[in-house]
Amino acid sequence: MDPRIRVITIGGALVVLLLVIELVRRRKLKEEYSVLWVVTAFVVLVMSIWYGLLNGLTHLIGAVAPASTLLFFGMLFVLILLLHFSVRISMLERRLTKLVQEIGLMSATAPARPDDAAPGEAPAQEPAPLPRMPEQPVR
Amino acid sequence: MTHFSCIVVVPAFNEAANVSAVVRDINAQLPHADVLVVDDGSSDETSAFAARAGAAVLRLPVNSGYGVALQAGYKYAVAHGYRVVAQMDADGQHSAEYLPRLLAIVEDGDADVVIGSRFLDGDGHYTPSMARKVGMELFGRVATIVMRQPISDPTSGYQVMSIDVARFFTTDVYPADYPDADILILLHRSGYRVREVGVQMRMPEGASMHSGHRSVYYVYKMILSIGLTLLRPRPTGSS
Repeated sequence: MDPRIRVITIGGALVVLLLVIELVRRRKLKEEYSVLWVVTAFVVLVMSIWYGLLNGLTHLIGAVAPASTLLFFGMLFVLILLLHFSVRISMLERRLTKLVQEIGLMSATAPARPDDAAPGEAPAQEPAPLPRMPEQPVR
Repeated sequence: MTHFSCIVVVPAFNEAANVSAVVRDINAQLPHADVLVVDDGSSDETSAFAARAGAAVLRLPVNSGYGVALQAGYKYAVAHGYRVVAQMDADGQHSAEYLPRLLAIVEDGDADVVIGSRFLDGDGHYTPSMARKVGMELFGRVATIVMRQPISDPTSGYQVMSIDVARFFTTDVYPADYPDADILILLHRSGYRVREVGVQMRMPEGASMHSGHRSVYYVYKMILSIGLTLLRPRPTGSS
């Protein structure tokens, strides 16, 4: 493999690795989310340095150039990362829905009953008592 | 029937023009029922008009969709100890005159869920758009086959259910975006009895909250949702 591409991939992987570690150190990235990034950068790094492994893998998957093997695995990890994010977004949306409903329930107003007020009059504005929701684990 | 044991949930999004009339219509037909308008983050005066008409108002701070609004209504009904939950759309296409009949079926214990069907009478009063018609027909057929009972209108927002069903709907089983034939199949598999009763609809003036969703996504979602409902283990309805 051309030494230039090795320098680029090793350099690229190192930059990503250091960036992720730095972001975690500054608490801008949660440890939990750093795992996939670190694994991706690490695999690219190992395969760029250990030429024998890359060559073997290239023959195994039937690729022509070792560079395409690197690209393929890099791509695969990015896809997994995106799927992981879709799962997290779905989870966040479910949590948001529960919160939105909970806020609505907490501020719900009581109905104006016929014995409270004549029709057409403004209804009583005291909020209904806080509803007690069944305990549900948030997944 | 004890006083105020029934609640009518009306999900509304920007329905200031219709919501007062709908609330008054329900109050006239069912003087002993409470009306809850779930304002799905409307930008107009829906909440104020609903409260002025005498309804309880549950306002969601952000627009979250028809299913989420309905589910919030079910949670309200469960938390406040109602025994029967009815639901109607706020756009005025449903007439409350059928509510007593639907309620009686649930209160007599003849069914756990009663659906007001727009097609059962076959008078052609309601004509949906072509895409919706095909989807409704298809998923109505699927529901009919799976449930071994005729289902003509799985998308009807005009329903009455026992509080057990409403409690079941407050769990994660409820599809938050848009309940349809999938929820009927889920009910059937959970051992609840579903019944359809023919009702007549007025055509809504202007766009209803249903017209927003696109038909291709609708068909995809329903196929996926029904398939997955059948693949999942049967949930226990009593939980």
